[in-house]
Amino acid sequence: MWDYTDKVKDHFLRPRNVGELEGANAVGETGSLNCGDALKLFLKVNENERIVDATFMTFGCASAVASSSALTEIIKGMTLTEAAKLTNEDISDYLGGLPKEKMHCSVMGQAALRKAIANYRGIQILEKPGQVVCECFDVTDLEITDAVKKNGLKTTEDVTNYLKAGGGCGKCLDRIEQLIESVNA
Amino acid sequence: MKIVYTDNNATTRVADEVIQEMLPYFGEFYGNPSSMHTFGDQTAKKIKEARQRVADLIHADPEEIVFTSCGTESDNSAVYSAINASPDKKHIITSNVEHPAINNLFKLLKRTRGYRVTFVPVDKKGLLNLDVLYKSLSDDTALVSLMWANNETGVLFPIAEIAQRVREKGILFHTDAVQAAGKVPIDVRTSGVDMLSLSGHKIHAPKGVGVLYIRKGVKFSPFFIGGHQEKGRRGGTENSVSIIGLGKAAELAKAHLPVMDTEVRTLRDYLQNRLLEKIPSCSVNGDLEKRLPNTLSIGFDAVEGESILLMLDREGICASSGSACTSGSLDPSHVLMAMEVPFKSAHGSIRFSLSHYNTREEMDHIIAALVPVIERLRAMSPFWKDGKVV
Repeated sequence: MWDYTDKVKDHFLRPRNVGELEGANAVGETGSLNCGDALKLFLKVNENERIVDATFMTFGCASAVASSSALTEIIKGMTLTEAAKLTNEDISDYLGGLPKEKMHCSVMGQAALRKAIANYRGIQILEKPGQVVCECFDVTDLEITDAVKKNGLKTTEDVTNYLKAGGGCGKCLDRIEQLIESVNA
Repeated sequence: MKIVYTDNNATTRVADEVIQEMLPYFGEFYGNPSSMHTFGDQTAKKIKEARQRVADLIHADPEEIVFTSCGTESDNSAVYSAINASPDKKHIITSNVEHPAINNLFKLLKRTRGYRVTFVPVDKKGLLNLDVLYKSLSDDTALVSLMWANNETGVLFPIAEIAQRVREKGILFHTDAVQAAGKVPIDVRTSGVDMLSLSGHKIHAPKGVGVLYIRKGVKFSPFFIGGHQEKGRRGGTENSVSIIGLGKAAELAKAHLPVMDTEVRTLRDYLQNRLLEKIPSCSVNGDLEKRLPNTLSIGFDAVEGESILLMLDREGICASSGSACTSGSLDPSHVLMAMEVPFKSAHGSIRFSLSHYNTREEMDHIIAALVPVIERLRAMSPFWKDGKVV
């Protein structure tokens, strides 16, 4: 069984801010049914670009639900500029940490938030920068090198834990290995 | 909290009768069965009895029974012995829904020893594609290894029919019968398998003991090199306590086979039909007929397995999932993927595996707990709206 903190368990069993948000003016979606987890984030942003309310809908494991719940609690009251600086570690820290295999749940929270902010500002995130390496989970080389740099990842397993990349068919594992080496060289 | 244990394909409760049988051999009778004194010989005699009891369960001769440490050791021993017996043959065959003890071993042999491996596919019901299997048999094939029953779905392969076709070609046939033993009748004589693996803890014996049946006349090379134990077929001092327990468990399993086929099957069907009735958008994984009587793999659309399990856990219900997140890997189970179970229900698949210890009241408890759990998770799922998948 996963070694979840009490806070993760609490946010899983008593998730805050669940459901669609009436009057939401920003929505961010990430993940898919195929991936095994997905998050839809709803924000109500006032004229001063402050998040006055946030709710979520999540399909996924306990830590995915808990990360989503934590995310909405953290960002309520923040300005969009403040929220844009939020990292996946902030979500994980709020929950007292996540098992390393579950870090991608916090990454999902950050990604949905980024998309919601872009949605509010009317910016369309057309394409992710870089070339797709992991086709199963649609992860690019730039995303991988970025995660490796920021989180000091050492192995392909680490990358899978953070980004899910390589966790599907496994065909891209050699390429991920090369990317890790290139960063750490 | 009362525990409702429906995870018997993972492991089983050690039967009280088995514990009683073992207790004296933990303490008073600690002798080494190989010793040249009456004290040790008391253990040897008891092991002999256990060997007979295990042989009786599968209609084998006691001399064909080798005790091992687990099902995985039995599988590994069988495969390595088979390829050692025909060093010139470089092709091995299995299915794409095997337990990791076979699946990962075959992948390793492919990667490191240059074996050509055929992973025979299954259809949407989990049934083996026999055409592909028979067409892949060749003069270069050293071994065919196929499971008797699938651990996740309970789907049964027609082992007797396959074994006959394989052996006609002079190819060795092994079956992993870890999940089948004690749940459906196994007869090594009429099925004609060359080697067969069993595990103690799946039939109410303790963990850490397994069996490899090796048909008389089949060339065998040991996996564990050591002393003369098990007639030189498996070195290492016998795990006498567990072997004695396994003997008793095998005797009980044989006696309980009719109960499996009637009472346990009825309970499983009751659970299955009530869930299908009460919960929309759910479906059973695997063939409904050619299936173990104790196993139910059922997928709930638009929700995820770990979340279901952890909520059931709060109600004292033990089950398992074919879902990624519980096993630490991210993909849904390779068994459900091989069956092309759609992602929408594969991620939300739960396995209930029953034993004769389960009761009707326990099934009612599961049903009463599961209905609101699925409702709750669907209420927060972005893929569920107005009573259906979106």
